[in-house]
Amino acid sequence: MSDLHRRTLTELAAGLRQRAFSSVELTDELLGRIEASQGALNAFITVTRDTALEAARTADRALEGGGGGPLAGIPIAHKDIFCTAGVRTTCGSRMLDNFVSPYDATVVRRLRNAGAVMLGKTNMDEFAMGSSSETSHYGAVRNPWNRQLVPGGSSGGSAAAVAARLVPGATATDTGGSIRQPAALCGITGIKPTYGRVSRYGMIAFASSLDQGGVLAATAADAALMLREMAGFDANDSTSVDTPVPDYVAALEEPLAGLRIGLLKEFFDKGLDAGYERCVREALKVYESLGARLSEVSLPHLPLSVPVYYVVAPAEASSNLARYDGVRFGHRCENPRDLSDMYRRTRGEGFGAEVKRRIMTGTYVLSAGYYDAYYLKAQRVRALINEDFIRAFREVDVLMGPTTPTPAFAIGAKTADPITMYLNDIYTIGANLAGLPGISVPCGFVQQLPVGLQIVGPHFSEARVLNAAHAFQRATDWHTRVPEGYA
Amino acid sequence: MSGWETVIGLEIHAQLATRSKIFSGSATAYGASPNAQANLVDLGYPGVLPVLNAEAVRMAVKLGLAISATIAPRSVFARKNYFYPDLPKGYQISQYELPIVANGSLEIVLEDGGTKRIGITRAHLEEDAGKSMHEGIAGMSGIDLNRAGTPLVEIVSEPDMRSAKEAVAYMKKVHTLVRYLEICDGNMQEGSFRCDANVSVRREGQHRFGTRAEIKNLNSFRFVERAINFEVSRQIDVLEGGGKVVQETRLYDPDKGETRSMRSKEEANDYRYFPDPDLLPLELDAAFVESVRATLPELPDQKAARFISQYGLPAYDAGVLTASRELADYYEEVVRLAPADAKLAANWVMGELAAALNKENLDVGSGKLPADRLAGLLARISDRTISGKIAKEVFELMWSTGSSADSVIESKGLRQITDPGAIERAIDEVMARNPAQLTDYRAGKDKLFGFFVGQVMKATGGKANPAQLNELLRKKLSG
Repeated sequence: MSDLHRRTLTELAAGLRQRAFSSVELTDELLGRIEASQGALNAFITVTRDTALEAARTADRALEGGGGGPLAGIPIAHKDIFCTAGVRTTCGSRMLDNFVSPYDATVVRRLRNAGAVMLGKTNMDEFAMGSSSETSHYGAVRNPWNRQLVPGGSSGGSAAAVAARLVPGATATDTGGSIRQPAALCGITGIKPTYGRVSRYGMIAFASSLDQGGVLAATAADAALMLREMAGFDANDSTSVDTPVPDYVAALEEPLAGLRIGLLKEFFDKGLDAGYERCVREALKVYESLGARLSEVSLPHLPLSVPVYYVVAPAEASSNLARYDGVRFGHRCENPRDLSDMYRRTRGEGFGAEVKRRIMTGTYVLSAGYYDAYYLKAQRVRALINEDFIRAFREVDVLMGPTTPTPAFAIGAKTADPITMYLNDIYTIGANLAGLPGISVPCGFVQQLPVGLQIVGPHFSEARVLNAAHAFQRATDWHTRVPEGYA
Repeated sequence: MSGWETVIGLEIHAQLATRSKIFSGSATAYGASPNAQANLVDLGYPGVLPVLNAEAVRMAVKLGLAISATIAPRSVFARKNYFYPDLPKGYQISQYELPIVANGSLEIVLEDGGTKRIGITRAHLEEDAGKSMHEGIAGMSGIDLNRAGTPLVEIVSEPDMRSAKEAVAYMKKVHTLVRYLEICDGNMQEGSFRCDANVSVRREGQHRFGTRAEIKNLNSFRFVERAINFEVSRQIDVLEGGGKVVQETRLYDPDKGETRSMRSKEEANDYRYFPDPDLLPLELDAAFVESVRATLPELPDQKAARFISQYGLPAYDAGVLTASRELADYYEEVVRLAPADAKLAANWVMGELAAALNKENLDVGSGKLPADRLAGLLARISDRTISGKIAKEVFELMWSTGSSADSVIESKGLRQITDPGAIERAIDEVMARNPAQLTDYRAGKDKLFGFFVGQVMKATGGKANPAQLNELLRKKLSG
């Protein structure tokens, strides 16, 4: 039996180029693992076996000729929030159960152009609304470290797939922590770039001012390799930023000595699990040993992140999801009596409970008479949080702290109480509100469950953040741990 | 109606004449088969994003400069949220709190010849919706999204108008302006230029505005006038009957000539406006605004003033001739080619030509009678080849045959007789044939002069030069 799945994406890219193995061989092995794991993990919504093998053959031909892009022949998975031409794109919702996208998201196109081979579309919280990947119309995703637990969310399918070594890398999106939180809970590396760094075109919108596409992979080096291909200005996305993309891979090895690390005081609060905190503090010691200087930094408005987020994100979502009306695509109820009946039943049937809750919340906070008290005030506080970060980055190069308050929790444990679920994103939301790049790297275990260290940098400092994460991974081996049964 | 004052404000929607839509690359051409001009962005597909059309911005700035408004250095696109099948995204992208154009004005000419300034609160950019089709598909409605995403500029006036006539004068003025600026084709049948009228009445001398009704989607000047007049009478009737005007949206029914309630304020949508996070605030610097200003054409009021001073025209003529850029250009071309008498040219353009065009429902740009043809005719009047009276006959033949003035004059032998010998011979013959009248005239019956003029004209087929004829006839008759 082949064991190519044990290699990192970086190693696979090198092996493919050396023709140590073929992309078809690799793709075939991983497709086998995906299919074998599906019952246990439910990480995928759609597996594209035939087109994957076809793409792998094409990549092999290019590689044989000494050609092929930087990711030629590398199998990846896309979160099912990215539109893929000719392939069903569900966003984890019954509403889009029958939706075959007529076009590719910019991220999908760029990765394909780089030579990547798509194996399928990963499971996720419905419309990316959730922190546990339980709200999917296609059933909950399970954490490979313990199948009774959630993998985090909303990019839980991508995270579980990488953690279980079903794919070496996967795309994901992060609106309030949906890349970093599942990365932490699954013991892998996940980067959310600066808002505007990766095109949102073709990425189904949840909260447009917060959504950002990124990568889940085993290591920071792997993430750098994928992100380098995904990032860059896109004329189809007015919020994408036209600044050059640095060579993230080349920047990985830059020395860390002198790095000024700010410990986010507000993140080491009473909600943080004691064992989790010990792991994070150990990780910080590793940085000190690498020559970094630590200091405590306070962002006084940061504790307001969760309430601000749960006004802004639902407000935008309530508007973004208005297009799912049964008129042009997606679910339409049977035999509508009239227009109003069609709207009611289509949306009533098509959306799950969490999506409805957020649409209602968002509609409420934008309503006449409430707009000023909620939406406008939230935007003001958001600006204050942003200023806090900017002030902090005058003193330090990066901020560090835990990614989540606790390790993975049990499936069903928080579904009855949305507030405790929302609080799982308490440490990640700040970076979304301020549009900053953030990464989560594995930094230990508590109760046999992975713990994540979060690194947040100034706008467009992906190279710095990846470099810091990579230095840690050179000094530790947490990122090499694979859950039992998937090694 | 006495004792009441009418208060009117208009919201004019002008479709911008861009080639592509405001947030997508689809074509905006009118009349394509349903949904042939709707791409994924227009259809509001999952994951698509809007990208602002720079040309639409330039056009809105042009308008702003032409109405002496402030061009906002920073304006913001907002989402207006409501559900309707022809609104693909479930929201319309518009501008709400921060429009691109604010605080402008236009001057209208009143019936008594006086002028009045009409304030323009704001003008903002927005996208149009598609349209629903309720006929032809059994038991269902069709949706055509060709128009969805077409750029509009909504021009919102102050409540400065006091009669339906003023409202129409203002709307015509805006219509003229947008066509001058070449930012809108002004085609009202196709819906490129339409308006909503906010109408209220109050007791004369009352300071506070009355409760208003908004009449939606008026797409002709005549409808605007009729709808407002109907609405004013209706509101006065309600108030005089002791009732209250309800704040509501009403529709004008052109067949019945009345307005009907569509929805009241209580039923009105809460549009939940908020800044569109998919579009960055629109920031325009002074250099951009100045570069647009440099492209402004001569505006109608400037042109009219110039016509008065340059061509010596009365204000009325200048106003009529500058009502459209095509007409003004036509007039100036005629004068350039036949410079002898600018007023004569104005009379002909506004008179014979306008009447002929009107009769066949053509406009001056139709090319039916090019400027050089009309100038050719005017030149023959000025050089006295033909009289003004004959000229009308020539004009009719030119209109119907497409020939030049000269060839009509030649082929029909209409050239004016200016040879004194020829005229004298005709006079001699007439005198010889009418000895009795001659005797009477010479005995002091001066009135018979007209008889001799008529006789000579008849004899010359109307071609004798009138001034020469008068002079020679007087000389001959007095012996």
